[in-house]
Amino acid sequence: MRRSSTIGSGMKRVRGCTGTILFGLCAAALAVSSVHAQLNQPVSASVIPRDRLLEPDALNHELQSNPHGSLILQVGSKVLFDQAHIHGAEYAGPGSRPRGIAALRSRVANLPRGQAIVLYCGCCPWDRCPNIGSAWQLLQQMGFTNVKVLHIANNFGSDWVSRGYRAESTH
Amino acid sequence: MLNRRIRLWRILGCAMLAGLFAGAGPGVAQDAMGRTSLVGLRAPDIARADLRGAPVSLAALRGKVVLLNFWATWCAPCRVEMPRFVAWQKQYGVDGLQIVSVSIDDSEPPARALVERMHLDYPVVMGDAKLGERYGGVLGVPVTFLIDRRGVIRARIDGETDLGALQGKIEAMLAAH
Repeated sequence: MRRSSTIGSGMKRVRGCTGTILFGLCAAALAVSSVHAQLNQPVSASVIPRDRLLEPDALNHELQSNPHGSLILQVGSKVLFDQAHIHGAEYAGPGSRPRGIAALRSRVANLPRGQAIVLYCGCCPWDRCPNIGSAWQLLQQMGFTNVKVLHIANNFGSDWVSRGYRAESTH
Repeated sequence: MLNRRIRLWRILGCAMLAGLFAGAGPGVAQDAMGRTSLVGLRAPDIARADLRGAPVSLAALRGKVVLLNFWATWCAPCRVEMPRFVAWQKQYGVDGLQIVSVSIDDSEPPARALVERMHLDYPVVMGDAKLGERYGGVLGVPVTFLIDRRGVIRARIDGETDLGALQGKIEAMLAAH
């Protein structure tokens, strides 16, 4: 009786261990798939809260009154940036690519977490932009508290340059 | 004396009107960076090798209707259009349609991979900022140009195009000899 109870408790321990191992394996698999998804699937622009969005006319107005108030970072295509970008903006790399995320991380690494930053892309219509969501998420994860995102509904050409707002090319 | 003054004012008035209409003509509207829409003007030449290494020259395509499409691998609307472009090249190639596409990706490997995956069998060249500027600024993709048989740009479509309407335009341009 006593022996059978020892065997029984041993079996329970084995089951408990198997459960723990299975749980651990599942958690690891989920973590890996989440990282995989982060690297391969673009993060939707819808992750950015509405109160962090800045309309083009508002940013244009802000730039006129305080040209050096915010660090403006373009997180999209370099070819588009070279053609035209917001006056004074810096290129930070495409948010949808690991190299772009690395470049953005490196650019802001030493900045105070309260630094005013404006992110923008404008490669595609807002709801299809592959870059802006992940760039926003990175700055959130890094603890930046004063980040705004330029809401470009169509693309940078029609929503900024065509409106006559101040832009410049790289050359 | 009075007649001479009236004649002078008439000449000045005509000159002013001519100036106004010259500014409103096709292809001369300028954006804030001094770029023009190019519609109604001759298409700037593109002479470079495609991703397979074959030479591509727009000038050599005179006599054909050219659909020139700027795209990028990260652009979802661009990928929606591609299967239709492949189908049109097959369907209308014999009537004189030539599709040429320009990737504005920052590097060649992703463009090359997508070309293989989507079976793009028309010429694909790599673009850059200078080419974009020569085409009036490609500041977002897709951007599609329709170029007639004489090499004149007839339409510029920014953003995802209405494929049905575009097909109608292509058929009309192919029918016009």
